Amino acid sequence: MRQMKKWLVLLCSFLGISVSAGCTDANLSVLDPAGPVAEEQLWLMKLSIAIMVVVFLVVSVVFVYVVIRYREKPGDTSIPKQVEGSTILELTWTIIPIILLVILSIPAFRITFSQTEIPPKEESITINVIGHQYWWEYIYPDQDIRSSQDLHIPTGKKVNLVLRSDDVIHSYWAPNLGGKQNVIPGKDVPLVLQADKPGIYKGKCGKICGSGHALMNFRVVAQTPAEFDSWVQGMKNPKSKATSEKAALGETLFSQNCMGCHAVSGGGFKSQGVVGPDLTGFSQRLLVAGVVENNRENLGLWLENPQSIKPGNRMPAFEFLTDEQRDGLIEYLMNLK
Amino acid sequence: MGGYNFRPTERFDGSTIWDWLTTVDHKKIGILYVGSGLIFFLIGGVEALLIRLQLIVPDSGFVTPETYNQLMTMHGTTMIFLVAMPLLIGIMNYAMPLQIGARDVAFPFLNSLGFWLFFVGGLLLNLSWFFGGAPDAGWSSYTSLALNDYSPGPGVDYYVLGLQISGIGSLIGGINFIVTIVNMRAPGMTYLRMPLFTWTTFVTSALLLFAIPPLTVALLLLMLDRLFGTGFFSVALGGEVVIWEHLFWIFGHPEVYLVVLPVFGVFSDVISAFSKKTLFGYLSMVFATVLIGFIAFMVWVHHMFTDGLGAMANTIFGIATMAIAVPTGIKIFNWLFTMWGGKIRFTTAMLFSVAFIPTFVMGGVTGVMLAVVPADWQFHDSYFVVAHFHYVLLGATVLGLFSALYYWWPKMTGKLLNETWGKWHFWLFLFGFHLTFLPQHFLGLYGMPRRVYTYESSPMVDNINMISTIGSLGMTLGTIFFLYNIVVTQKRGQRAGADPWDGRTLEWTIPSPTPEYNFAQLPLVESYDPLWEAKMNGDGKVPAAEPLGSIHMPSSSYLPLFISIGMFVAGYALILHSYFVAVIGMIVVFAVMGVRSFEVDHGYHLEAEELTGSSNLSGKGVHGR
Ligand code: HEM
Ligand SMILES: [Cu+2]
Repeated sequence: MRQMKKWLVLLCSFLGISVSAGCTDANLSVLDPAGPVAEEQLWLMKLSIAIMVVVFLVVSVVFVYVVIRYREKPGDTSIPKQVEGSTILELTWTIIPIILLVILSIPAFRITFSQTEIPPKEESITINVIGHQYWWEYIYPDQDIRSSQDLHIPTGKKVNLVLRSDDVIHSYWAPNLGGKQNVIPGKDVPLVLQADKPGIYKGKCGKICGSGHALMNFRVVAQTPAEFDSWVQGMKNPKSKATSEKAALGETLFSQNCMGCHAVSGGGFKSQGVVGPDLTGFSQRLLVAGVVENNRENLGLWLENPQSIKPGNRMPAFEFLTDEQRDGLIEYLMNLK
Repeated sequence: MGGYNFRPTERFDGSTIWDWLTTVDHKKIGILYVGSGLIFFLIGGVEALLIRLQLIVPDSGFVTPETYNQLMTMHGTTMIFLVAMPLLIGIMNYAMPLQIGARDVAFPFLNSLGFWLFFVGGLLLNLSWFFGGAPDAGWSSYTSLALNDYSPGPGVDYYVLGLQISGIGSLIGGINFIVTIVNMRAPGMTYLRMPLFTWTTFVTSALLLFAIPPLTVALLLLMLDRLFGTGFFSVALGGEVVIWEHLFWIFGHPEVYLVVLPVFGVFSDVISAFSKKTLFGYLSMVFATVLIGFIAFMVWVHHMFTDGLGAMANTIFGIATMAIAVPTGIKIFNWLFTMWGGKIRFTTAMLFSVAFIPTFVMGGVTGVMLAVVPADWQFHDSYFVVAHFHYVLLGATVLGLFSALYYWWPKMTGKLLNETWGKWHFWLFLFGFHLTFLPQHFLGLYGMPRRVYTYESSPMVDNINMISTIGSLGMTLGTIFFLYNIVVTQKRGQRAGADPWDGRTLEWTIPSPTPEYNFAQLPLVESYDPLWEAKMNGDGKVPAAEPLGSIHMPSSSYLPLFISIGMFVAGYALILHSYFVAVIGMIVVFAVMGVRSFEVDHGYHLEAEELTGSSNLSGKGVHGR
């Protein structure tokens, strides 16, 4: 029965009836928009699909007719009439496609302009996104905070992302919220997104950027403006001090092993590493390294052997830590709020 | 007789292998291209199969991410540069001179050089699997991923030098075809009497002429960046990464038309022959071909809609891209109306051509969808694009190539390919193809990016990937039938006469396989479809334009092979950073060129009595009128 349902869903979606696998779960489907930008894009896709289905059907009908009707019949030795062409017919199939293309291009290019317009400052929030092999860094210039991997945004507002890469070309793609844009070294590329409902949306890197490309994921956390503000406040005054003995061990280990690459603000560390993601408020992260659920077990695995979770990433393995030391680090990180 | 006449090769002269290595006969060179193209097709196909096997289930550990990226890059690069292009150039080489009633191409020596450069370039590229690691930055090798900092191994160097060398070969081929078509048409063969395949060869060659130089420049700059530390594409050194994208796509976009226009010619000839009808709308077909070739250069930015080039640029290039749909649509309907009212014979060659029509329409309409800029922000770099370009590349180029091979195979070998095996090949391949790529459109809509070695498991995405991989097994099976067919019919195939298909164009007036001099007497062309005309309104023979007489033939030469070996050595040495050896390689190249410039070789003559079967045309001498 379950099997059958699965195939039914598959069949329906092939026929375009059901639009997505599951609307409740976070997904990557462009057919499941959660904001006006993605909605407009989906509308254009539907328009173009409609026109193109018509074109395809017209050709197919003629095709099927011709192929069946004019097959050679045994015994028939007559010579078909040699037709050189027909101006009227040829004009018809030149002009009709032109009309169809005009119908399609007018809304297409109006939306191209409207969606690349940088929204006015009052109605939007600007966030700088920096792509790294293979993780994401976010700087909120107006809020004066920095975070990584999970992009927190307020709902109902245009989000004006300014994309730039630190190494190779990446591409920032959150299908439910709007399209993708390349993240290029030495060049700022704008991308406007918007979420209407609070929720967690998935995102991926779209441009091949090395061996970790397939796992260069991120999450967009859309919060009501009030929740968003309180998140910002939390990030401004993070709880980054150890609260237990176990965590204190972790804090020490962190300062010895990790801060060259990672930053934790409010922890009083001498340096704020920029090679790896900023770990301020780590306990709120949804995923470890953008790949596996953020829990103690996965964090332990990550510390021991990061390559096993996300091949190609730049973090060294800390397999030399004793169990106690690893627990301490986990305890410390899990208490960063 | 003065001049240089040193022949160190006396000892090998006359052996079959040496004969093939040194041939300047356009037909043998055509067969060499086809043979090596098919071998690379197998390699590229195995790479594709491994890619699909890795993706059959999520989180599969069949290959590592590094290997996956290598497979994906080599598959794309191989299929485009070492399969589609050479197979087409091979068929053009074989068929085009016959179609225009010529005895050879304009520059037989250069023709051989073009082949050997392509071959050593392809060899160099594939050696990367064994020595140092294959390139892994995608067939488009975007900087800065392709720079030393992010691709430290020699992989991308193989890509740069392999493609550079084979690119020179393609350029030479293009020039050669242009001159041949302009200068060597048989008497009476005006431009507007040329078969469509010749026309598309002509336009394609022009595209080669303009498209290869930007590639050459791009590869050269990348080579300088990688080998000598210049900073054209390095932001840290003041360079710009997007420049690579422009240069690459100014070449790369025409390139995809390069591999599709010739098969448009194939379809036109095949559909007309097997429908027993003249091509519908010949003039608009020619016009559409030229127009498509022209627009092909205007649309490269549609690969860069997500680079933030601005709404205006995106709009202009979006419209230009959509415009291509119009001449393409004209062609589709002209093919349909060529069949309309005809008597269609479904040989394997015809099946491949017929199946192309709906398949290519699918690829074409998704192309228009991609030109809708805001929609492309979702489609770009997703599996939707993978589905689209395979519909175009496989659905047009590969179906067209198979059609062309079944069609001209008897002319090339004298043997017919077996139709039963051919039909197995056709149905398995076609079914497998749609099963593989149709579902991939949905993968794109469900958010699966391209060039990923794994994907997030969800019921839908898992199922589709499974189906897609099963489809690729179908294509594999079809290809095995094809190979089996070749092997079996080579041994005990049915012999083909001069005109096995009841053809319409000049190549079917001469015996199969074609004699080395092609036409004992040059034909006199008095209409489009001359052979058909002769069958309908004459004795079934095309009149001759000259009396039977002695024919001048170019002599074979080992020099192209030696030049190519020099290039190979130089290229490989650069990859190994051994500049001294590279210089030696280039010295060999220039020394052999020097030998060539001083060589006195007038070729030789075949006398009338030596021409087997003598005249195959009607009329004894200049057709009097
Ligand atoms: C034998 C059947 C084929 C199969 C099963 C197949 C499958 C694939 C797959 C799975 C990819 C990787 C997509 C990705 O991860 O982005 C790919 C890429 C590609 N394929 Fe094919 N393919 C086949 C034939 C061809 C042919 C005949 C051509 C060209 C004439 C071709 C051209 C390409 C190109 C250009 C790429 C892109 C490589 C890149 O992104 O660098 N393929 N193919
Ligand atoms: Cu990336």
